[in-house]
Amino acid sequence: MLSNAIKLIYTTVLVLLISGCSAGRAYRPDDVPPMHAVGEFSDDENVSRTRDPWEGFNRSMYKFNYEADRFVLLPVVAGYETVVPRFARTGVSNFFANIGEVRTFYNCILQAKGKKSLVTFGRFLTNSIIGIGGLFDPATVFGWRRENEDFDHTLETWGAGTGPYLVLPIFGPNTARSAGGLVVDSGVRWALMNAIDPFGGTGARTGIEMGATALETVDLRHRESFRYYDSDYPFEYNMVRYIVSERRELKTIR
Amino acid sequence: MQAVKIERNGLPVKIVKAMHIVFLLLMPAFAWADDAVYRYPIDDSYAATILGTPQQLRPDTGGEVPVKSMVLETDRKKPEIFFYDRGLRYTVAFQDRKAPLIFLIAGTGGSSRSAKIGALMANLYHAGFHVIALPSPTSSNFIINASTSHVPGNLTEDAADLYQVMEQIWSVSRERVEVSGFFLAGYSLGGTEAAFVARLDEERQLFNFRRVLMLNPAVSLYNSVSKIEGLLDHIPGGPRRIGAFYNRVMAKSTEFYRKGDFVAIDDDFLFAAYQAHILERDEAGGMIAVSFRISSAGMIFASDVMTHAGYVVPKNRELNNDDSTEDYFWTSLHLSFLDYFNEYFVPYFQSRQPGLTREKLLETVSLERIESYLASSAKTEVITNEDDFILAPGELDYLRRVFGPRLKVYPCGGHLGNLEYRDNMAFLIDTLRSSIW
Repeated sequence: MLSNAIKLIYTTVLVLLISGCSAGRAYRPDDVPPMHAVGEFSDDENVSRTRDPWEGFNRSMYKFNYEADRFVLLPVVAGYETVVPRFARTGVSNFFANIGEVRTFYNCILQAKGKKSLVTFGRFLTNSIIGIGGLFDPATVFGWRRENEDFDHTLETWGAGTGPYLVLPIFGPNTARSAGGLVVDSGVRWALMNAIDPFGGTGARTGIEMGATALETVDLRHRESFRYYDSDYPFEYNMVRYIVSERRELKTIR
Repeated sequence: MQAVKIERNGLPVKIVKAMHIVFLLLMPAFAWADDAVYRYPIDDSYAATILGTPQQLRPDTGGEVPVKSMVLETDRKKPEIFFYDRGLRYTVAFQDRKAPLIFLIAGTGGSSRSAKIGALMANLYHAGFHVIALPSPTSSNFIINASTSHVPGNLTEDAADLYQVMEQIWSVSRERVEVSGFFLAGYSLGGTEAAFVARLDEERQLFNFRRVLMLNPAVSLYNSVSKIEGLLDHIPGGPRRIGAFYNRVMAKSTEFYRKGDFVAIDDDFLFAAYQAHILERDEAGGMIAVSFRISSAGMIFASDVMTHAGYVVPKNRELNNDDSTEDYFWTSLHLSFLDYFNEYFVPYFQSRQPGLTREKLLETVSLERIESYLASSAKTEVITNEDDFILAPGELDYLRRVFGPRLKVYPCGGHLGNLEYRDNMAFLIDTLRSSIW
């Protein structure tokens, strides 16, 4: 259920702390030195600004995610895309995006973004009522663009640095800060769900919630076109790390 | 042409004359557009190369293209760091009826899923072709799986490897498609390679290509790479400072993005940035060279890992998945293709064939090696641009001399910037079709 994300991240951090997590070094003392080594080019400015002290762990996770995709998630997503018609898939995506408006809403408030929080609130009401519980997205048709805020961004507004790069299982490329943000946002959602308890009267609460979590995971993977190791580029890990941080930066500009 | 056809059809002369007049009244704008005025909108060669063709000027390829990603399994034992590599990756789009089949070869470092391959695939499928797209012999996937030497750049050997791959793919596909004839096309380095593949096919006679299209090819790989590398001489600090240069360009672009009301980093944003002259011309050129460096870094590293030559990776190392590649990446980015040629490629071939000179090897990377074949082979055709900067001085004239009427030169478009432009795509498809119907 929703606290799964918290558990997952908690275990990840634990593993990180316990295990040795640094990556194998490029050059070892007993190596035959190559014709060109990195020291030759130390006079140039570095491009990547994301620190990656846990690279060994991150690379293992990157590989783990590739395998999880290959053997579990992508086959499931492929089945989902074959069986469920397009309009229903859009409905599912809309539904979870509508729940996500709650997250955007309180994070806008925490960041003191009045206009954005109003728009988000309006969107949530509109889509919940006119859009039948969020299955449709009439708010966008009315010209209210979907905002996307999370606790990671809130932490940034409060002046917290990104922290080191961290590849989470299933969730993929993150930073220590964004992983923390995920924990907080999942926690808030878990608390809200507990308070509202929408499935309390059904007698099958756990079952429904597990089903919802599974569907949300499938929807998430269905909407994300990124595929691990799809570029065939031998430095994909490095490129993804760079692009993720760039994208994060551009997103926060808006 | 119209008139001739009509008279042949036996229409009364009067009607023909009347039609002539109507044509004269109606046609000028169109007629001129075909011949004299070429309306591809970006006249700066670097900008064209980066921006490509605006969406609304591309041909409509409506309808879905059934593109499938395929893997040709190879039994090579792979280094652990390439654990994810399960074989040579190619893509296909097959018609469900008898049709001509065209093989496509990607440009430097390109995979069979690169954007240009995608565009060619959609247009050619739409025009009625079966399409099979292959990665470039300089892509790591090809180096790992299909290259006999693992050292790309020797055009004769790369063509032989390509040919073998094409043979294998054809043998696994032949039961699924009905083919009326074979065609071949490649862009950039892939165009140059297509010429060598075509010549090899004359000996092997497996495909008997009806037509072979070379799109913005390099004449000499070495010269073209020198031209691209030369773009880095105009950035502050020169090629050794590509990191600083890249950061500066990104900072500028980010600043522009921050100020404008853009939704995403997409074509619209790039066009706006171009129109606002965000980058100096030298900076645009520098970015082209940097993206080339990113491709060649992958090639250098993959080749070195496969051959254990000790160029950037210690030769005694067997890299694992959790080994850091950061330092190898940074090193490979700072090595030019020319370094690769002089320090890696030449020694490798000299070790295989003692006494081989550097000059002799230079010939293996140029179209000049198969010049007499190209001059006499009516099936080979070149499409390029007047301002394609990968051609060294004199090379366009060389193409004119060798290919004569089989060369089409557009006035602008840079390096492949106009590939997707309506007129270009129409001409490309007509050229292929002219030998079918």
